[in-house]
Amino acid sequence: MLNADERLRTDLFEATEQKPTRDGFGAGLIEAADTDPRVVALCADLSESTRTLEFKKKYPERFIEVGVAEQNLAALAAGFALYGKVPFITSYATFSPGRNNEQIRTTISINNVPVKICGMHAGISVGPDGATHQALEDIALMRVQPNMTVISPCDAEEARKATIAAAKTDGPVYLRFGREKTPVMTTPETPFAIGKAEVFWRPPDLPRAGLGNYQGRPLVECSIFATGPLVHYALLAAKQLEAEGVQVTVVNVHTIKPLDKDTVVREAKHAGAAVTVEEHQIAGGLGGAIAELLAAESPMPIEFIGMHDMFGQSGEPKELIAHYGMDVPHIVAAVKKAVERKAH
Amino acid sequence: MPLTDQEAKELSDKANAVRQTIIEMLVAAGSGHTAGPLGMADIFTALYFRVLRHDPKNPEWPERDRLVLSNGHIVPVRYATMAHTGYFSIEECLTLRKFGSRLQGHPERTKLPGLETTSGPLGSGLSQAAGMAYASRMNAEKNRIYCAMSDGEHDCGNTWEAAMFAGANKLSNLTAIIDRNNIQIDGYTEFVMPLEPLRDKYEAFGWHVLEIDGHNIPQFINACEESKAIYEKPTVIIAHTIPGRGIREIERDYRWHGKPPNKEESERFLSELRTMQGKISSEHQ
Repeated sequence: MLNADERLRTDLFEATEQKPTRDGFGAGLIEAADTDPRVVALCADLSESTRTLEFKKKYPERFIEVGVAEQNLAALAAGFALYGKVPFITSYATFSPGRNNEQIRTTISINNVPVKICGMHAGISVGPDGATHQALEDIALMRVQPNMTVISPCDAEEARKATIAAAKTDGPVYLRFGREKTPVMTTPETPFAIGKAEVFWRPPDLPRAGLGNYQGRPLVECSIFATGPLVHYALLAAKQLEAEGVQVTVVNVHTIKPLDKDTVVREAKHAGAAVTVEEHQIAGGLGGAIAELLAAESPMPIEFIGMHDMFGQSGEPKELIAHYGMDVPHIVAAVKKAVERKAH
Repeated sequence: MPLTDQEAKELSDKANAVRQTIIEMLVAAGSGHTAGPLGMADIFTALYFRVLRHDPKNPEWPERDRLVLSNGHIVPVRYATMAHTGYFSIEECLTLRKFGSRLQGHPERTKLPGLETTSGPLGSGLSQAAGMAYASRMNAEKNRIYCAMSDGEHDCGNTWEAAMFAGANKLSNLTAIIDRNNIQIDGYTEFVMPLEPLRDKYEAFGWHVLEIDGHNIPQFINACEESKAIYEKPTVIIAHTIPGRGIREIERDYRWHGKPPNKEESERFLSELRTMQGKISSEHQ
């Protein structure tokens, strides 16, 4: 059942409110700027689709148009940050941090300055634009850079909170946002802190701490670690599994780096099996991060939902998510497989 | 205020001392770049001893002018000049490129105060300087932002993205200085990837362009003064320099771009510098 401590929306499964996570970014950026005059926004000819347009209207003197020049976007922002500003740089994730990876590495990460890299249109759900515009490597690119924090919000409300929180941190941050409208699951009361994973779903009578047991087997059979809007699919899968008598936990891992080791290891150990869910390549993404951690701390069967070393193609978002094995039936099957592997 | 002849001579002597430090630190390091640092010794001496508003004892002084070194591989000239202006001891220069040193092979801001940024990978310094200039103007500050660049890094698209941005935004508090020494790793710039007409390119991008002899310190200082009086555009000073300047046997030889002198060569080079290319006798001889 939904974890009451998380104050999630009660109509979550009906998905009555749908919004792109980039909308939450746009709102959060203005809120951050309202309280911090150091906040500036840099745009690479995409003010409407990166949702910096409203910021531009409210703070025209703090909005910098860079044109289609993502390398300049990153290095300019480093200059602003070295001068005491808190720059948010915005483009599609395939271009930033895609095209400008070296500039980010040298001028932002090694310099260790508070530039906030905001990658829009991330994931396969960009849909009809096709493989060139579907960023499926961005988490991996950013996760391997020392000093970088990596955040992938699950919905628009969490995106708003993540943006505000990113503005308050001293170092570089990568924020990942999607294009499509996706269900809003969280509320303003849902806890959010960078580096703190949240348990969104757990069996009704799971003790708050320690291992629960039911007729000799763990009460929780599998832990699902999900990031981004696919957290909604993970919750739908959990609900279906519960109806089938399989109890799982669903952990919203919005911060992929630094990974919340305590929560991930604790939840994984309860279950003894794990499934990771992301709209990203398995290599280097959330799946890679969880596998690295659990291999060291608590080896167990893990199944990976995500892109398996291939590029996407044009199509409708839902159709692509299903085709590449990231929808609810695939998550359900992955959980059963992980549980099955545990028995051997 | 124009330099007196005496001041010009003093700066020239300081540049010579900076060159000697460069040779000494490269020999001690056993790797690094020789031609570029020697070629820019006059300009860095003029910057640190005359042009920049800065405080060696307070490198983070907020009102200071900023100097971004875009082509980080010539950083020995910056380290040597900083040492000679009192940021740290000249002895520390001998730790260049060594384990645990603040003087990294390519400059790292977080290791040594006063470097302003981290550089080495070419083509992104002008962007950072433009970001600083824009931010300084937002704050209505009166300082200037300088960016030292190589000619070779004008092969990089990022350089031109930055040039376009600075011109479009009329960043008149920005002065770029191009070390026009005509060499890069694979040979002469006009063979590797022709840059000419470089002046016309910058003018087309909305810059005020000055061309000077990069070894004529009064000329360079005058150009910096002129750039302060230009209120509509950023200024670029194309400084024609001789790579390896001061050591006759390596001047203009692109093969000295990326290697240090060995012990024997360094003794010869230092002797040449100490005797001002044979014009005076050295106290070391």
